[in-house]
Amino acid sequence: MRRWLATAAMAGLLALSACGGQEPGGTQATGGTAGGKQQVEVFSWWTGPGEADGLKAMVQIFQKQYPNYQFFDAAVAGGSGDKAKALLKTKLDGNQPPDTFQGHAGAELQGYIQDGKLEELNFLYDELKLRDVFPSQLVEQISVDGKIYSVPVNIHRSNVMWFNPNVLKEAGITAPPKTLDEFIAALEKVKGTGKIPLSIGSEWTVTHLLESVLLGSMGTDAYNALFKPGANWASPEVKTALEKFNTIMSYAGDPQDDWQPAAKQVADGQAAFNIMGDWAYGYFHNPPEGGLGKKSKVDFDWAPSPGTEGTYLWLSDSFTLPKGAKNREGAIAWLKVAASKEGQDAFNPKKGSIPARKDADKSLYTDYLADALEDWSGNKLAGSIQHGVAVNQPWLASINEAVGLYLGTKDVAALQQALDAAAKANLQ
Amino acid sequence: MRRPPYPLKNPRGVRTVRRARTWLPGLLLVAPSIVAIGVFVYGMLGWNFRLAMTDRHSTRQPEEHFVGLENFINIWSEARWHLSVRHAVVFTVVFVLGALLLGWFLAFLMEKGIKGEGTFRTIYLFPMAISFVATGIVWRWLMNSGQDERAVGLNRLFDAIGLPQWAWFRDPEWGMAAMAIPAIWQMSGYVMALFLAGFRGVPEELREAARVDGCTEWGVYRHVVLPMLRPVTLSALIILGHISLKVFDLIVAVSGKQIITDVPAVYMWVAVFDSDDPAKGATIAAYIVLAVAVFVIPYLVWSVRKEKQS
Repeated sequence: MRRWLATAAMAGLLALSACGGQEPGGTQATGGTAGGKQQVEVFSWWTGPGEADGLKAMVQIFQKQYPNYQFFDAAVAGGSGDKAKALLKTKLDGNQPPDTFQGHAGAELQGYIQDGKLEELNFLYDELKLRDVFPSQLVEQISVDGKIYSVPVNIHRSNVMWFNPNVLKEAGITAPPKTLDEFIAALEKVKGTGKIPLSIGSEWTVTHLLESVLLGSMGTDAYNALFKPGANWASPEVKTALEKFNTIMSYAGDPQDDWQPAAKQVADGQAAFNIMGDWAYGYFHNPPEGGLGKKSKVDFDWAPSPGTEGTYLWLSDSFTLPKGAKNREGAIAWLKVAASKEGQDAFNPKKGSIPARKDADKSLYTDYLADALEDWSGNKLAGSIQHGVAVNQPWLASINEAVGLYLGTKDVAALQQALDAAAKANLQ
Repeated sequence: MRRPPYPLKNPRGVRTVRRARTWLPGLLLVAPSIVAIGVFVYGMLGWNFRLAMTDRHSTRQPEEHFVGLENFINIWSEARWHLSVRHAVVFTVVFVLGALLLGWFLAFLMEKGIKGEGTFRTIYLFPMAISFVATGIVWRWLMNSGQDERAVGLNRLFDAIGLPQWAWFRDPEWGMAAMAIPAIWQMSGYVMALFLAGFRGVPEELREAARVDGCTEWGVYRHVVLPMLRPVTLSALIILGHISLKVFDLIVAVSGKQIITDVPAVYMWVAVFDSDDPAKGATIAAYIVLAVAVFVIPYLVWSVRKEKQS
């Protein structure tokens, strides 16, 4: 009997040691030196196929231009950075910042700015004349009281409708829907064929869908006003938009584990439509190690999500300069590479995004990215909700909670009430 | 009157020193852990309860005020909290009962003297050595909600052998019962080990005595063995119960922080790290501690009483 108790206890110990003892990488690296070189700790969540390759390409340029510095990759895996952000918060709260970290440009950085964790980068913008090379609307949307705290590396588009041309043909839809009403009619037609009209992933992909529907129903100016003081989320316009959203959701398939399996349903011809950011392009198009190896315009195609043509619902990855960075000079060197034409043109074609700079080499961007680059130069801009441009982290948490509860109850009135309460609490 | 062997100026002082010699080394030995537990467990617990009773609803707020039990009451008006609590209750009931029954049943089979007992025992104990995160990632795939031509994992198997398919943890009503399955899979081996030790602790003489008195084999279990397993069952219940009420890693590995599988520990994480609301996070943490205390305190009282008896 003793022996078996002992075995059980041993097993317990094993389980405990399996859980604990994982030290996040990077802590031992700050300020260290490797072979006489000073390390620059760069914190990001770029570990997936495409994005990690883009980072590598940018690192090569960095190492060439600044041979005195050693790049240290402190990346934390996890899409949209939700795990990375939790670790980052504890690092910043403990005043042990990485030398520079990735963050979505816009409201997501507000918390860090208010806490005084970030250095303003106006000096860098002046030195490199960055105000001239970034679109003025972008500079305006990332400024806080005239100060800029981050360097945008790339631009992603959130309002993209991906569809399978064959499934559409089968359902008798001749052109991709341009308005939400056309979209709903198209979804109904697909339903008749027995295919999934609209594929969705985990709960955040539904918030992602919601932002496209809000923009498509309300128009760019009314959408942008939702995030400014005095915004009214209880308005009849929001109500109409949410009712359309509710109708659209009634055509959604079973939720998948994340955005990739949902996108795959479209690529495989099981579903007709999927609304997802343009990072989906790389997933559709890349060869099978990281993507699905599908042919664009044949196996999959795209259009701006219904009702949003002419508006770029954008988000951007950017790098920052935390106060108290151990290697401030090295971090500034990294920011210079990230802001440069060369750095952005190396990173973006691999990552599947377009550069934030206006003077990029157009020949590097083909297929979807060529479309995106063209739209970016002429479209109106609106900030993404789910990806941290328009709302800060607490507000986004409330919106995600409201959407999650809506998925359980399908109660549109309660959804609007919760969204209104979230806006009021965060716009004071 | 005999004189003491050596002259004493202060006999009382010497007695103190002598007494100290018996308890001081022991105390010194345990002192570091008393201090560490005092600071990092009870100190932090106290700090958490204090925070839960303030209005610190943002880390950026300049000052905080004592608000008593306001947070503890207000949280009950939130739809998400009701959902979380309901999920935790369903998960706990299914997990604790499932692991106890399955663990007991496995131990019962072992006890009947199966061939290759050692191998089976190791096989059943192994899942325990895996972390909940690894278990969760595998079971997320096994419990994929796709059905029919989109089925993978268990649904694919069920489809092939003609069993009904299920949305598993995505079922809006009983999804949390599905979430308990990986936990049962992982912990039932441990419960088996506990019960097996319990079975082996029942003296053979007692069973023989019962048999001689004309008791059936089932009767031996019903009236002799089971009553003697009560302390083991209680220990297993406490261990499983407290794991279950604070479950976090398994849920996050299977479904992330989605509302459909929300439990208090995940809600707490979102409140602190995403919503930046320390007071709310502390309130939820306090409720988790209280819920675990409901399990643990009666057990402590019971074991202290039992120690006194013997």
